[in-house]
Amino acid sequence: MTTLSGANQPDGKTQRPPRAVVGSQISMDEEMFGAAFDGRVISRFLSYVRPYRGRIYVALAAVLVFTGAQLTIPLIIRYAIDEAIVSDRASEALLMIAIAVFAAVITVNYAANYIQDRVVGLVGEQVIFDLRRAMFAHLQHVALSFMDKTEIGRMMSRLQGDVNALQEFLENSITAIGDLVLLVGIIVIMLTLNFELGLLTLSVVPTLLIVRLIWLPRARVAFRRARETNSITNGALAEGIHAVRTVQGMGRERVNFELYDDKASENLAAHLRSAKYAQAMVPVVDTLTGAAMGVVVIVGGTLVLDSALDIGVMIAFLFYVQRFFDPIRSLTIQYSVMQRAMASGQRIFEVLEVPLAISDKPDAVEPDHIDGDITFRDVTFGYTKNQPILKNVSFSVNHGETVALVGPTGSGKTSITALLHRFYDVWDGSVSIDGRDVRDYAKVSLGHHIAMVLQDPFLFTGTIFENICYRTAGATREDVERAAKVVGAHDFIMRLRDGYETVLEQQGRNLSLGQRQLLSFARALVADAKILVLDEATANIDSYTERQIQTALSRLLKGRTGIVIAHRLATIRGADRIIVLQQGRIVETGTHDALVAKNGLYARLYALNYASFDDIPDELLRDALAGPANT
Amino acid sequence: MARSNATAKEGPNTAGLASHLDVYLGRSTAADQRHSADTAVLLRIIRLALRYRVRVALAVAATVAAAFFQLMIPPLLGAAVDNALGLLRDGSVGATDARAALIQAALLLLGASILRGAFTLIHNYNGEAIGHLLAYDLRLAFYDKLQSLSFSFHDRVHTGELITRGMLDLDGVRMFVNTGLLRLVLLANLIGIGAYLLLSTDLILGLLSLSFVPFVAWRSSTARLRLRTLWLALQQKMAGLGQIMDENLTGIRVVRAFGAEPYEIEKYDAAADEAMTIARERIKTRVSSTTIMTYAYFVAMGLVLWVGGLRVLEGTMTVGTLTVFLTFITILQAPVRQLGLLVNAIARASTCGSRLFAVLDLQPAIDDHDSAGPLDLTDGAVRFENVSFAYAGEGAPPVLHDVSFEVHRGKSLGIVGPPGSGKSTIANLLPRYYDPSGGRITIDGQDIREVTVASLRQAVRVVQQDPFLFTASLENNIAYGDPWADYGMIQDAASVAQIDGFVDLLPDGYGTLVGERGVSLSGGQKQRVAIARATMLRSAVLIFDDSTAAIDAETEQRIRESLKAHMEDAATIIISHRLGALRHADEIVFLEAGRIVERGSHDVLIAEGGRYAALFALQSRGNDEESPAKGAAE
Repeated sequence: MTTLSGANQPDGKTQRPPRAVVGSQISMDEEMFGAAFDGRVISRFLSYVRPYRGRIYVALAAVLVFTGAQLTIPLIIRYAIDEAIVSDRASEALLMIAIAVFAAVITVNYAANYIQDRVVGLVGEQVIFDLRRAMFAHLQHVALSFMDKTEIGRMMSRLQGDVNALQEFLENSITAIGDLVLLVGIIVIMLTLNFELGLLTLSVVPTLLIVRLIWLPRARVAFRRARETNSITNGALAEGIHAVRTVQGMGRERVNFELYDDKASENLAAHLRSAKYAQAMVPVVDTLTGAAMGVVVIVGGTLVLDSALDIGVMIAFLFYVQRFFDPIRSLTIQYSVMQRAMASGQRIFEVLEVPLAISDKPDAVEPDHIDGDITFRDVTFGYTKNQPILKNVSFSVNHGETVALVGPTGSGKTSITALLHRFYDVWDGSVSIDGRDVRDYAKVSLGHHIAMVLQDPFLFTGTIFENICYRTAGATREDVERAAKVVGAHDFIMRLRDGYETVLEQQGRNLSLGQRQLLSFARALVADAKILVLDEATANIDSYTERQIQTALSRLLKGRTGIVIAHRLATIRGADRIIVLQQGRIVETGTHDALVAKNGLYARLYALNYASFDDIPDELLRDALAGPANT
Repeated sequence: MARSNATAKEGPNTAGLASHLDVYLGRSTAADQRHSADTAVLLRIIRLALRYRVRVALAVAATVAAAFFQLMIPPLLGAAVDNALGLLRDGSVGATDARAALIQAALLLLGASILRGAFTLIHNYNGEAIGHLLAYDLRLAFYDKLQSLSFSFHDRVHTGELITRGMLDLDGVRMFVNTGLLRLVLLANLIGIGAYLLLSTDLILGLLSLSFVPFVAWRSSTARLRLRTLWLALQQKMAGLGQIMDENLTGIRVVRAFGAEPYEIEKYDAAADEAMTIARERIKTRVSSTTIMTYAYFVAMGLVLWVGGLRVLEGTMTVGTLTVFLTFITILQAPVRQLGLLVNAIARASTCGSRLFAVLDLQPAIDDHDSAGPLDLTDGAVRFENVSFAYAGEGAPPVLHDVSFEVHRGKSLGIVGPPGSGKSTIANLLPRYYDPSGGRITIDGQDIREVTVASLRQAVRVVQQDPFLFTASLENNIAYGDPWADYGMIQDAASVAQIDGFVDLLPDGYGTLVGERGVSLSGGQKQRVAIARATMLRSAVLIFDDSTAAIDAETEQRIRESLKAHMEDAATIIISHRLGALRHADEIVFLEAGRIVERGSHDVLIAEGGRYAALFALQSRGNDEESPAKGAAE
């Protein structure tokens, strides 16, 4: 075997392998532009601005003063030249007056400018932080079923990207008002100073508007394409970094490099095209400015020659002409900003309008202490209408007792734990703790008295200490260490470089699954709740850690009411009682020995001889569920 | 802020696939040591940009021309004003001539404006283009480099950090050309030529017109640097806030389970407040600097109007000349204010550039020996000879001690041991993902460090425990190592890996999109894809690194059966903590703390009654009478 496959690419470098791609082919961007004006979005948005309306009025006033000052400056220059410098009554005293007025106006201009920018900037920032917090806080209380359906990445882009689009909108709208006033002001002043000259000078404006209207949609396509290719190329880079071990293992370096080159080349072409569009307006604006100056020089100059116009007016015109195109430009930009903001606003308010599924009763109780007796009475429940997951389920668990829930996937085990914690409300029947319906407890109180250990032991970025305390405010270092010792996590924690102060990166990916499991046990222990709900991990854990976890579990359950969704035989056998579920109904309950003797579903599953019920292959499982084997 | 945890090693660089791109041009040499590190980085960027000579020449020429035509406008306006006014006063020239002069001035103004616009376009377009071309070169070089750097590098440097370098730092370098360099040329020309014109016309008035330039330049640069610091700080805070939100949403079940919503909101508020403080600080800094700059500009204008007005009153200056000064100030306003951007672009380029070049200049720790030839396979015998290994980093404890074993074609070796005993390290040493720190590894008598990496990795295939699924169709994921494969080959591989049954149930079958943005597969399904991937390729050495851990025992058994044909042609190493997966191996070694403590066949090891036998007892049900759960606790 001297030839190895994998190198069987045909010759010819330019040909790409048919099955090879790098990165995702789909662009991540959500719809960027909406209608430029959406009354509903605006009015909802305004409700977030309203608390700051006093400051908004101040900013508006400042904008108007600022714009007024901007408009006045060329007029003062005009006055200085016409009255104080070239007229027959010209004198140094008049010039001094003009300069004094000039100084006053630019100082006012400065103050107004300062107030406007500062107030608008700060309020904009504040509103955006308010909005983001409102979304975040809202998401804490929306129905879990909504969160189940929602992609986290999408939600994050709303919390970050969409919110920023609104900030841009808010800041720009105030300055846009200034721009509009400036534009109207310049037109009015020019027409007032000399109607004929004003009209002729303004005649260039329609050309600019037409060119810009033709340019805008095309340019937008080019800009968008550039953005898309950017995100695609960067996505491919990110993939290349994440997958580097697989790439090297499979020897895909050369192929991937060529494919990445394709993407980078597309990106380059798109950017060159977009740069062309971005610059295309420059000569147009410059040419039109030149034409407008030309009109002022010829027409204005002739009028001055004929003594029909003061020279100062002509100079003032030259100043206005140079300022003229700025507001037009910013206003067209503002149009795109508004479209983006409306699309973003819609997405944000969609989130804020997701109803809160479950809220506390007004007289909800928050007992300091509970015993931990649990009763399910005739509970029927499902996630989709007419498709109940649990059907008339009744059972009770006495305080201090541990019950194992056993059954195939989809039999309703997880739903039982979710209902106990009131993540959802029952359709029919009732769930009660210490004889009181869970709907009569405050949700926070349920959180305090029920500790949950989930299948995937989720850890937060932060130190190990913080993760073990989690929400238990006031837990001391001793409490945390004691808990860690009880569950057997103390030793490995101490072996880490910073012990309990070790920072977990990327949600604890630097720890093994078993270790993360032990930390989540410690977290539940510190929370010291009377009821413990445990969804045992199905993932395969090596036998060493497995043993540690079993020991930790038995210590954790001591003195508490335990409901365990169990997968491992060792766990199941350790329980005081086993409840066997099938298709949303309880089919058997009893101790391990009793159930084995009974020779029902549990006995059949047990007879298959797998250390974990999850290891049972589908076919065998199907047979076991179907009924007793014919022996 | 040059946090470079990726520092360059000494020695020449192997440019790899991107060698034709020549981004190593101007890599810092001894001569550069005289410059500060920043200057060296900037010079290197310039040298890279100079590879596009024609565009650079065009851009610079256009920049100078644009400045020239821009500066023509104030004198033309001044002449027009004097024409309209002066002739009216003394009447020395005929009215017709004056009108003709006005038309001529207007046409010149139009011409100068058109040319200014055209040259600005050429300047900006080429500036941007050079930046993007440069970015393209660097992008490819960066990608190539990351693909060739060894596992030890990727272990050490966080993926997020590398992505940042490849995105943001690359942008920082790209923007240097247009926003930094060319703008500097433009500004130097505008101020230089303009100052010459104005100062030679009227020294005092010229100085007054330019008076705002130094103040604004200083103010805008210092503000920019401060804003940049604040921006970086804000980014960091926002990233922290983003992380809190992200983890909250990902871990929402934990949050709800613990009733920790108020705590989470508190945590959010604390982070948001910190970000808000910096955001406010940033706005205040920005506003106070921009507004004071505008003020300075108007003050200069007022001074020119005042002193110039006095000159005109005295009769030593015409209104036209005064207009020249006033319009000149207007022209300078925008570019001078942008000086801050320029300073920012330069500062950013030098930090970004140094971070990017630090990666590009790295030499892969694992690379072909100078005289390396392809691996020559004969008997397919793998030998570990007293191999020791410790991961890079000071004081890192050794992971393997003096490990020796042999596997031959058609035979298999099982490796078992507690977590952290060094099992996976063996899998990583054979394809040279890492090099041993002691001893040697040979295949058919050749030290694997003496053959080319490509030929070695073609011969040695590792099936990982946690394989990466690409966002692509299932079939293309299976064919990852052989992208020319036809459909039949893929189906065969899928059936060997026992995933064909699952694929048939999918609505789009083999065309189903999987990976991050497609259908998500369970751990066991992923592992079966990885096995299928490996069986697409014929390998001389096959290593299963706990690659059936999430697959049920029954299926695993069937996979083992169907893999038999493949294993006959290869030396196979099976690493597992589940003994069922490796009990049939020809030899089994028990690894503990990096040492082989037991070895032999399953039967021999059971008979010995050592650690292996104990583990076997633990894993079989027969010995499971006393329950370790509740009640058994001490």
